Amino acid sequence: MSNASPHSNGGPSLLDRLPASIFPRVSGLHAAALIIAILLIGLLIIPVLQVIYVAFLDPNTGALTLQNFVDFFRTTLFRESFWNSFYVSAMSVVFATVIALPLAYITTRFNFAGSVVIQSLGFIPLIMPPFVGAVAMQLIFGRNGTLNLLIEEKFGINIPFMEGLNGVILVQSIHYFPFILINLSTSLRNIDRSMEEAAQNLGSQGMRLFRRIVFPLAMPGYVAGAALVFIKVFDDLGTPLLLNVNNMLAPQAFLRISSIGISDPMGYVISFILVAFSIFSLWASFLVMRGKDYSTVQKGGGGLSRRDLRTGEKIAAYAVVAFILILVLSPHIGLTLLSFATIWSFAPLPDGFTIQNYVVMWENSKQFITNTVIYAGIAAVLDVIIGTAIAYIVIRTGIWGRKSLDYLATAALAVPGVVLGIGYLRVFHSIDIPFTDKPMASWWVIIALALMIRRLPYALRACTAALQQVSLALEEAAESLGATKGSTIRRIVIPLMSGGILAGFVTSVATAAVELSATIMLVSSESDAPLAYGIYLFMQTPSGRGAGAALGVVAVIIVGLGTFLSQLMIERDKKFKSTDQSH
Amino acid sequence: MTNQMVGIEINDLHLSFGETEVLTGVNLDIQPGEFFAFLGPSGSGKSTLLRSIAGFGPTPRGSIRIGGRDVVSLPPWKRNVGMVFQSYALWPHMSVRDNVGFGLKERKMPASEIAPKVDAALDLVGLSHLADRMPNQLSGGQQQRIALARTVVVEPEVLLLDEPLSNLDASLRVQMRRELLALQRKLGLTTIFVTHDQEEANTTADRMAVLDKGVIQQIGTPQVLYDTPENLFVAEFLGTANILGGQVESDGGAKRFRTSAGDVLPLGDGQEGAGSIVLRPQNMQIVDQAGADTLPGTILHREFMGSQVRYIVRTSGTEMIVDQFHHVGHDWRDTGSDVHLKVNTNEAVIVAT
Repeated sequence: MSNASPHSNGGPSLLDRLPASIFPRVSGLHAAALIIAILLIGLLIIPVLQVIYVAFLDPNTGALTLQNFVDFFRTTLFRESFWNSFYVSAMSVVFATVIALPLAYITTRFNFAGSVVIQSLGFIPLIMPPFVGAVAMQLIFGRNGTLNLLIEEKFGINIPFMEGLNGVILVQSIHYFPFILINLSTSLRNIDRSMEEAAQNLGSQGMRLFRRIVFPLAMPGYVAGAALVFIKVFDDLGTPLLLNVNNMLAPQAFLRISSIGISDPMGYVISFILVAFSIFSLWASFLVMRGKDYSTVQKGGGGLSRRDLRTGEKIAAYAVVAFILILVLSPHIGLTLLSFATIWSFAPLPDGFTIQNYVVMWENSKQFITNTVIYAGIAAVLDVIIGTAIAYIVIRTGIWGRKSLDYLATAALAVPGVVLGIGYLRVFHSIDIPFTDKPMASWWVIIALALMIRRLPYALRACTAALQQVSLALEEAAESLGATKGSTIRRIVIPLMSGGILAGFVTSVATAAVELSATIMLVSSESDAPLAYGIYLFMQTPSGRGAGAALGVVAVIIVGLGTFLSQLMIERDKKFKSTDQSH
Repeated sequence: MTNQMVGIEINDLHLSFGETEVLTGVNLDIQPGEFFAFLGPSGSGKSTLLRSIAGFGPTPRGSIRIGGRDVVSLPPWKRNVGMVFQSYALWPHMSVRDNVGFGLKERKMPASEIAPKVDAALDLVGLSHLADRMPNQLSGGQQQRIALARTVVVEPEVLLLDEPLSNLDASLRVQMRRELLALQRKLGLTTIFVTHDQEEANTTADRMAVLDKGVIQQIGTPQVLYDTPENLFVAEFLGTANILGGQVESDGGAKRFRTSAGDVLPLGDGQEGAGSIVLRPQNMQIVDQAGADTLPGTILHREFMGSQVRYIVRTSGTEMIVDQFHHVGHDWRDTGSDVHLKVNTNEAVIVAT
């Protein structure tokens, strides 16, 4: 509370002379905190609570009831969807682990020249939205895809990689394994060498040592990654939809709302289940992690000791890495081939190559691209403004309840896009666009706001990290030289945070541009549709797949470029700051 | 938990990290039951030497015999050498009890025997009441004691301590080093202690080895090393030393030392030839009268240190550090005044250079 009334220069203003009991003195920061709180409550909390509330309402009488849940579990299709979603998520965690575990182990325990390749492996899948790669995967791994055609010719068998749920599991585990890889490698790297040496000194070695010391110490990182994969897969709408797998929860919610209407209670029941599972997984992983900050690396100590690989082991390691690399790149390869293909069906490779798809794509998707730039731009600008404000309020002020702003913004992580979309439909269909009589639910601005809420947690983390790097002394120096709080923020804090803010902005733009699950619920006409929705539309017809793939390539390039630029900015910023403080 | 005491013999040990040799021709003979210290600046190879006794790091050339058995090619888990790590290395996912019982479990001891041994070890370090805590709930000193209990409970043949006191604050350090010594005497364990702090080594070690650049410079009791350093590194590393270059000459029967600046000091004995004279700050008195065993100088600087007053005196050759006991009522010398330094040459050491 110490900063409640910042230093003000000059004489008392009119505001200061008014009696405080009637006009409470509110600093700019307090006002900002209040506005953000209202925004977050209106755009996140109310829609989600509304969805949960409706799940417990009798659609006819409006009375509170559990009947909707009873109906849900009595319907065979929903029981099956529930089980399928659970099964697909769990199996995706298993397969993602199978991919990530050897990679994490090789990079942290051995001197392996391929480690650089493995580190980029962690990024490649993330720059492609999973639903974009799904169709391409179909062409490579599907019943009549490249691989099965070749296998069938040789061995006369057909392996159902992409049949039904298998396809979703394959696409999702290839896309999301980096979450496990990154978290697991980090916690392995954070184990101090002496942890292992102390055990060896007391007589432990080999698998016993791994089981009793290394594995338990790496566990928290693994659990964090695995929980994230589980939630992401459980909530995802785009991939099952593109693969035409409808008997899962998220697609069911989408189909109920889009075909029966927003008064059908089943969409809300499913939404409630999705949110409950998200919160439950986050809570469970929090419980497992609590009090387990096992990061034990000493200054100058270095992580686990690494040893050189023997020749045989080296060959095996490269084989594993090459296999996984091909697997991980297959959606990208397939998508690129498809985008240049004349016709690609019942053949291992396309019949011929052309750039016609790009021409068609360009002619038909100017509107999509323009819309995407507008929506993602608005969302990202708002994200970094709100993110910077929340970061400053949380870290630098004593405003009451400041932490809850952080929690509110971060809570968006636990809200699946489908649920947010349904919530917006429900809340805003009864509110008209200002000065018109059309409902806000069909207004394009709502799409941008949904994207803003969806990307805010990530932008907030970027801004918080940026502010934490700005030493408080730099601000105090400005204030001691007579700068007010406002001009200190404007002239010192924001410029020093600019690198991190920019990085957050670029990431937000890039990922908002390819978001599908919330937008697919909110797009009311094709003229309002963004790029991700455009890909979805193209992919619905066999003749549009080529152009859809071309648009997919554009999406991958946008996200890839964005990721690269934001990394570049963060690196440059670090260098700039480190030279700044070296003397 | 009494052991039959074993000695450690190291013969012509060489160790390299890639191209750089970090230990060169190390020879050591540590007696059974001895408390031995490796002392040296950082990068001197003292920790590397300790770790190679425990079996960590690259395999060295040469031999390391523990109780007569050459262990140089054995992996760490087959050596029965107990090591306490600088960071303590308590496993954060195990309780204190599980940490201490770890080694016994590795030795396939039945649980019914492990429990009393763990209790005894915790009792030994006086922390029985913390058995069910997690390591992150312990203070630095407590963690240190648990790490010690975890190591001695498996009854190793030798105990290795890697900078055991460096992570403790100053007051605790003095207390812990006494406890360490008492424990070592009680267990009769041959112990090696690595430190860069000469006070720690002086106060605890029976004997010590001073290392620099991977080479053992001198081995001996703390007093021998302080009083009769064999080279300038040992002289300067242990305590404060004033060093004057010059040579030992014969003047008829008597020997004398002529400094490079031309001053002459009488010597009781000494090998003729080029050398340096090592003078401790307490080996000189400040006097007014010149004599045969004095050097002329000017007081540059004065520091009051409590029990003594430290003067920096410029002589013709160099600046000398001179300590004089402080007594109530005695006047201090003023800076700028011209004085003479009376050198007790029978306390001085000549080091051949």
